Amino acid sequence: MSELKSGSNLEKVLKAGHFAFTGECGPPKGANVAHLKEKLSHLVGMVDAVNMTDNQTAVVRMSSWAGSVLMMEQGLEPNFQMVCRDRNRLAMMSDILGAYALGIRNMLCLSGDHQSFGNHPDAKNVHDIDSMQLISMVKKMRDEGKFLNDEDIDVPPRMFIGAAANPFADPYEYRPYRLANKIKAGADFIQTQCIFNMEKFRDFMKKIVDMGLHEKCYILAGVTPMKNAGMANFMSKYVPGMDIPESLIKRLKGVDKKDQSEEGIKFALEQIAEFKEMKGIAGVHLMAIEWEHKVPEIAERAGVLPRPKV
Amino acid sequence: MIVADRKSLQEILAMVADKKKILIAGCKGCVTVCNVGGLKEVEILASSMKIARKKDGNDIDIDINVLERQCDTEYVAGISDVVGNYEAVISLACGVGPQFLSEMYKDQTFYPGVNTTFFGGATKHGVWEERCAGCGTCAIHNFGGLCPIARCAKSLMNGPCGGSSKGVCEVNKDTECIWDTIVRKKMDSGRLEDLIGIKGIKSWKTARDGGPRKSIREELIQGNI
Amino acid sequence: MRLSYPADIKIIQVPCTGRVDILHLLNAIEDGADGVYVAGCLEGECHYISGNLKARKKVAYVKKTLTEIGIEPERVEMYNLSSAQGARFAEIAREMVDRIRQLGPSPIKKKNHAA
Repeated sequence: MSELKSGSNLEKVLKAGHFAFTGECGPPKGANVAHLKEKLSHLVGMVDAVNMTDNQTAVVRMSSWAGSVLMMEQGLEPNFQMVCRDRNRLAMMSDILGAYALGIRNMLCLSGDHQSFGNHPDAKNVHDIDSMQLISMVKKMRDEGKFLNDEDIDVPPRMFIGAAANPFADPYEYRPYRLANKIKAGADFIQTQCIFNMEKFRDFMKKIVDMGLHEKCYILAGVTPMKNAGMANFMSKYVPGMDIPESLIKRLKGVDKKDQSEEGIKFALEQIAEFKEMKGIAGVHLMAIEWEHKVPEIAERAGVLPRPKV
Repeated sequence: MIVADRKSLQEILAMVADKKKILIAGCKGCVTVCNVGGLKEVEILASSMKIARKKDGNDIDIDINVLERQCDTEYVAGISDVVGNYEAVISLACGVGPQFLSEMYKDQTFYPGVNTTFFGGATKHGVWEERCAGCGTCAIHNFGGLCPIARCAKSLMNGPCGGSSKGVCEVNKDTECIWDTIVRKKMDSGRLEDLIGIKGIKSWKTARDGGPRKSIREELIQGNI
Repeated sequence: MRLSYPADIKIIQVPCTGRVDILHLLNAIEDGADGVYVAGCLEGECHYISGNLKARKKVAYVKKTLTEIGIEPERVEMYNLSSAQGARFAEIAREMVDRIRQLGPSPIKKKNHAA
């Protein structure tokens, strides 16, 4: 990890040893550039990079690379995302080259939620390669300058490679090994799924640190501020891979409806404070979906401002 | 074996709504084993259709014939002297059957009476589950004898994904997460190291993606091709 | 017991209702029966262990098929009683006949007579 792999802002921030703070933004369900730019405007100066999701939960939206390019026009650095559900290896390599050519430098490699969750459940599944193989493919393109078939790439895409990790999915005992595999495949940074069960996460991180994985890869802890008790309940029941402790739902229900969002933010701030001190955590990934206007307040109160200039 | 589900009565009746004399052709192969297209099922379908048509005052004449297999030209040829007597033929064999029939009897119209679904087996009487996707490059020994291509909703070779919860796939609470099973099997047998490292990218050339497939056994062909 | 039950019933004896097939029930309807019922042993007392349970499932399948065709599923029914329950036998017979009388003749016959 001596020379910069991509030269992206996120990579430089992490390499310099700063506590990274990334955000997330979903592209519009149409070509609504104005709405996207409005959402993004809240994030300018607040974060080191912003994830631009890729047909998240299998709901069709503007493509991640297009959203990423629009994001760059606003002075933000994108974390371009690609899921394995919608593209075969040809389209993937092609899009990676295009994204890099357009100035994108960070890329998150994901499996993707099954299309039955989304708004076009009749679609054909692609999954030509899986997320692990996608990571290794991007690494091959970057470090060897070769396509999957070993042909040379004239100008290789030098992406900072990211992957996701869900510490709470089953089989729980296997998750650290899977993370190790992703790092071995070439992941430079990891963003975890949003964490609510802090006790379980501490346990997970202990294992990660024991395995020395935090030294091979930058791990960013996922935080999602709860808007209210209803949201906590909904996520607990309907979003795959969530582990929301009853104690949190109770805490949110225990206050007046109008105070629940403040309580949710308070919890998120407590988490961020702990993550700053937690061994193995290199930063926080804040997912305030459709609540982007709250990010400046959260960033301010979490004490992560101003963001480092590297 | 090949598993299929019978199409609804409404769909089948609609196929032959204007026909007065039809044949229902069953098959003693896979569809008999999965109780969807054997003699019994053919008779039940015939009776159900006759009742429905009688009710509408539009009687239908239905003959039945259960072939040894509909995936063998030798057996398909067996109905050559009667196949022309009908306005249409409903085949309850898997998707292969009505095609073999269509190819041999170009002047007759064959309707599929079942929706062919997957390669699988009976886990208990009355319940069949998918086990194989026919990818053409079997590697189940790398996964504890279980197939993630067929049994993982995302065909992951390095699973499980983050949606696996309590051994259940995110897609359906009645679907086993095969990766959970594979991982637990490896953990229980002390072979977790088999899952360290990344499984190579799959070639889909031998699967349906590579185009319709053929299997030729030179030593069995009589005469020239 | 010399109890009377309606003469509209034709009884077909089987060693166990497990012997009754879906096709028997469908054929009866096809040939013009206004109703068919299966009288098996009390559940848990089948001499052949589970023949009556299988019969119940077959009756359910036939009800479903009749519904798909647009014929009243109540025309087919499953009853359980022991061979000692003569009075219950007569009661079931009367119950079924009443039910069928209310439903009217089988819709198959209606059309045929009209033609």
